[in-house]
Amino acid sequence: MMAKTEWPLWEVFIRSKQGLNHKHVGSLRAADAEMAVENARDVYTRRSEGISIWVVESNDIHASHPSDADSLFEPAHSKVYRHPTFYDVPDGIEHM
Amino acid sequence: MNSLFEYLIRLGDDSLILGHRMSEWCGHGPILEEDIAMTNISLDLIGQATNLLKYAGEVEGKGRDEDELAFLRFDRDYKNVLLVEQPNGDFGMTMMRQFLFDAYRKPLFEALVNSSDEQLSAIAVKSLKETKYHLKHSAEWVIRLGDGTEESKLRVQESLDTLWRYTDELFFTDDIEKELLENGMSADLEEIKVAWMETVNQVLSEATLNIPDHGWQHDGGRRGMHSEHLGYILAELQYMQRAYPGMEW
Repeated sequence: MMAKTEWPLWEVFIRSKQGLNHKHVGSLRAADAEMAVENARDVYTRRSEGISIWVVESNDIHASHPSDADSLFEPAHSKVYRHPTFYDVPDGIEHM
Repeated sequence: MNSLFEYLIRLGDDSLILGHRMSEWCGHGPILEEDIAMTNISLDLIGQATNLLKYAGEVEGKGRDEDELAFLRFDRDYKNVLLVEQPNGDFGMTMMRQFLFDAYRKPLFEALVNSSDEQLSAIAVKSLKETKYHLKHSAEWVIRLGDGTEESKLRVQESLDTLWRYTDELFFTDDIEKELLENGMSADLEEIKVAWMETVNQVLSEATLNIPDHGWQHDGGRRGMHSEHLGYILAELQYMQRAYPGMEW
């Protein structure tokens, strides 16, 4: 039996069209970055979902810890004044 | 005999048979990502076959459509090269077969973009985009398997040794090719071979693989003389239309 060696995991980000940002769409395994881009093309853009692909090795992503959620995110809940909801949006302005 | 019809059949059958071979991997790929990649390539090839055989039927003018040409001819009427009907073998064998074919198909479509036949030129434009990606994909696998582990190198070198004898036939030239070349419809296979050799040398050298020096080369596919494998492919490919004539799905 061969030693269990698995290819590294990659996170995939796709830009769906010009002007929009890359969005995380999922992950996959690949031997290296070049193959990860190709695999992402085949797995995540076969129905014309994108015009640009980013991949990043999952190991390189540093994340916040779920148990810190209280201290990280709850303090913002009581500060509604941070939302620009006190303005009237002029007619004809979309996507605000 | 209608030369353009015959030429379109050759191009179409290469795509059809290789597309079928690739489809045999569906659900059996070494990893999910690669399974999808191979199925995509298969669908590209079958799409090319659809366009080429549809046009062949129109050129022939006997009312045969792409389905009739794909599913209801006899084996001797198929004009694909022997390379594309060779069995899948292991994953490395499949990638090597694909690479040797893609390295020929890319410069061929590049040349056919300038065909004096507008319809053929349009099919070449569409197919070229797909083929460029196929070549990138297959070449990278050949490089990674060749310049990989001891085991992968050994196996992919064996695949190259097995398949090399079917590569000369890619450049098979007869009166049909010559006639269409004179009319500016087809491509100069001498030039395609130079481009092919350049790609093959570059990728195989990066893959640390050796081109075998045995000189014997098979041919016959372009004349309808096939290896035993085609019969099995056709049995599977044609079963539905033979068993339920005119069936649509």
